Amino acid sequence: MASEQPRKAVLQASESEGATAGGAHVGEGHGSAPRGMLRWLLTTNHKDIGTLYLIFSLSMLFIGGIMALVIRTELFQPGLQMVQPEFFNQMTTMHGLIMVFGAIMPAFTGLANWMIPLQIGAPDMALPRLNNFSFWLLPVAFLLLLSTLLMEGGGPNFGWTFYAPLSTTYAPPSTSFFIFSLHIAGISSILGAINIIATILNLRAPGMRLMDMPLFVWTWLITAFLLIAVMPVLAGAITMMLFDINLGTSYFNAAGGGDPVLFQHLFWFFGHPEVYIMILPAFGIVSAIVPTFSRKRLFGYASMVYATGSIAIMSFLVWAHHMFAVGLPLVAELFFMYTTMLIAVPTGVKVFNWIATMFRGSISFEPPMLFAIAFIVQFTIGGFSGLMLAIAPADFQYHDTYFVVAHFHYVLVPGALFAILAGAYYWLPKWTGFYPHEGLSKWHFWLSVIGVNLTFFPMHFSGLAGMPRRIPDYALQFADFNMLSSIGAFLFGISQLLFLVVIVKCARGGVRAPACAWEGAVDLEWSVPSPAPLHTFEIPPQTRDGQIIR
Amino acid sequence: MSWIAECLSRVTRPMRLRLRRTVTTLSLTTLSLTVLSPSVLAVEYNMPVGVTAVSREIHSLHMIIFWICVVIGIVVFGVMGYAMIKHRKSRGAVSASFHENTRIEILWTAIPLLILVVMAVPATATLKDMYDASESALDVKITGHQWRWQYEYLGEDVAFTSSLATPREQINNTAAKGEHYLLEVDNPLVLPINRKVRFLTTSADVIHSWWVPDFGVKKDAIPGFINEAWTRIETPGTYRGQCTELCGKDHGFMPVVVEALPEAEFDEWLIARKAEAEVALNDAGRDWSLEELMEKGEKTYATICASCHQPDGQGMPPAFPSLVGSAIVTQDMQAHIDIVINGKAGTPMAAFADVLSPVELAAVITYERNAWGNDTGELVQPAVIKEQLSQ
Repeated sequence: MASEQPRKAVLQASESEGATAGGAHVGEGHGSAPRGMLRWLLTTNHKDIGTLYLIFSLSMLFIGGIMALVIRTELFQPGLQMVQPEFFNQMTTMHGLIMVFGAIMPAFTGLANWMIPLQIGAPDMALPRLNNFSFWLLPVAFLLLLSTLLMEGGGPNFGWTFYAPLSTTYAPPSTSFFIFSLHIAGISSILGAINIIATILNLRAPGMRLMDMPLFVWTWLITAFLLIAVMPVLAGAITMMLFDINLGTSYFNAAGGGDPVLFQHLFWFFGHPEVYIMILPAFGIVSAIVPTFSRKRLFGYASMVYATGSIAIMSFLVWAHHMFAVGLPLVAELFFMYTTMLIAVPTGVKVFNWIATMFRGSISFEPPMLFAIAFIVQFTIGGFSGLMLAIAPADFQYHDTYFVVAHFHYVLVPGALFAILAGAYYWLPKWTGFYPHEGLSKWHFWLSVIGVNLTFFPMHFSGLAGMPRRIPDYALQFADFNMLSSIGAFLFGISQLLFLVVIVKCARGGVRAPACAWEGAVDLEWSVPSPAPLHTFEIPPQTRDGQIIR
Repeated sequence: MSWIAECLSRVTRPMRLRLRRTVTTLSLTTLSLTVLSPSVLAVEYNMPVGVTAVSREIHSLHMIIFWICVVIGIVVFGVMGYAMIKHRKSRGAVSASFHENTRIEILWTAIPLLILVVMAVPATATLKDMYDASESALDVKITGHQWRWQYEYLGEDVAFTSSLATPREQINNTAAKGEHYLLEVDNPLVLPINRKVRFLTTSADVIHSWWVPDFGVKKDAIPGFINEAWTRIETPGTYRGQCTELCGKDHGFMPVVVEALPEAEFDEWLIARKAEAEVALNDAGRDWSLEELMEKGEKTYATICASCHQPDGQGMPPAFPSLVGSAIVTQDMQAHIDIVINGKAGTPMAAFADVLSPVELAAVITYERNAWGNDTGELVQPAVIKEQLSQ
């Protein structure tokens, strides 16, 4: 472990505070606070709510993961063995919806809840009751969504992109419930985003300028604006669907004078920024971990902030690259090809900056760093295939094949999810007061890396060889790659149980972590004791250049 | 590749911890596999070069951008790997203090930008080419249906549907799978080589997408829209593709098969096909017996209706109702004819007036009224259907 040595100068000033609150247990000294279930139902504490978000996200990860394994079991061999096509379609749809809206997004919100107040020296989120409300909307939304599987005609079966008219005229009766659940989840996201913006803009510790904030805070600030900008677009699109289904309108119904392609424009105007909503906070986490374990300041802090900003702005100008085969006019096709290629530039800058941070550092390889390094490599592979997909003529061959499945899973699983795991390992000592078990963590890491690449790398080949996505059965030439993918998926899925073991073990005990758990860590969260007491920074710390001065 | 050799030699050097060595080797192996594998594997693991000028252009764009990514990958991961090995704390590395450099930031913004501009030029040219569907020698209208394709040779009075020909037993693993499992149809689209063929794609229900990898053609078939694509095939042969836009239950079971014939053979085929259509038209005028209709109806039912209403007529309620003893199928004949010809709005039941011939319609209606114990003994003549269709 990194922290055998007491850490250096930067945070000595906070020792006094650490001493007063040192060893305090969560909830201790707050006798008036409700206990048991009510504590969690009524809590307005950012740490409790962060924990709730993270637990919720982890359960959704496992539910969505089981669905992925149903898919991979069916695709293990050609022919229909385990499920019928209509159920297979429900699985692909639910897997996508649950992973995007239930696992990845709430995980980032959970990390934001826990860490943003700690990183900017704020006592809590700016709007604590709203915070409670935005969390508790989520279980409602997802119980509703999952319940559609039990309804007559089954759950949503039109893909997580739910293109009309398959999702309107031809959809199962449960679709209105699906729309309702997405509305609720959307409201939760918007409220969460408002809270994060209000917190970051108003509750920074005295002396902390915007350009002093850790990058995780910066990326989340920008992500929150993206959320507020695009979630209403999604809400609008699904409301139009609701009207088409129940009120006889024809927004997306060609027979009534409507336009099915309009749906895709609306969806991807939401959907592409959504992709960045799922990756920008990941950039923030990696930008915290790489400098810590390289024991060197983040290279190009300012350019990282500007790159994040330009990615966010450009994410509104690339949506139709998901629609190259829809029959857009040539000019539109060229415009979206150029903008998509352009967005690779700021993304590249980020990768270069991380590597420059590592270069001539003093690197050690604790579990958070392992996950962060794997993130950089694997996200870059996903970036490369993204660049290939941007070439519009070639996209006609890639579009809606397993090449695309490989691409976005590389960005989202060994990308976003690995960053979340990296963040969890990084901050677990702060949350629980104990280091995660190192041996198990490393097993978890290596099995995950092998599993995830075994699952998704062969998909590049099956896609290039011509296998369309979202099919329950396939031609014989795709058999070998699919078998590899299925084996990899089970390896990856099962190794996530190790993560569960690590968390439970870590919550119950282990090697005690000091306030600053990692030798090279400098951000404000490391100035409060581990585990972080229920209330922190009740007296705002005075900071300069992002560090506490008294 | 010298960096790999360099790194590998470093790895083989004795290190303090065996674990660390294993870790490095593993990550390097993954890395080199990642970077090298497509080039050492056979062609079928890569995008097909195809049989048209456009598909070749696309393939070369694909390979150029792929190699650009490989080179960038080698440089970036090489530097990263170097730092991971050389600048590790366990080797006593002490961190430097540099943390910004405007010049290098500008450099690594400008260089990728330049590469992308270079890449955009040929991509733009190919795209323009793909969008020029003018001066075609043959126009084929392609209509997507749940879950089959319908082909119309515009101006030639030839039209037919093309459905999956793989037997259900192969899909359900009760029979051995054939060579072209799931990529075979009853009536392939027949096209001439060396002639510019324009495709007009549209759909009768949900969005489909018509794709033949060997042509480099993929175009969405969207209800209410007519999209344009074109090809000029250079080599005779059979080319296979699939629907690539999720279109419901049997999305995985609507392949595209194109048979490309030399020009003269194609012309002969077209003439023969027209004659067949004529015969079929006359056939619709004569009186058919119950046995004849039942025999034809069973075949039509199996290719067209069985995917929803199931081979045993039991359907899959609520989306696909059972036909066994149902009111429409056993009572008023006219209602039965109406729903098959015109479909039922707001449900997946499609209109089959344009998909099936009068004989097929009469046969399938007769079959449904007499199969699975429905036994109404009623039949409808193709001539009756033909008359209703013309109204």
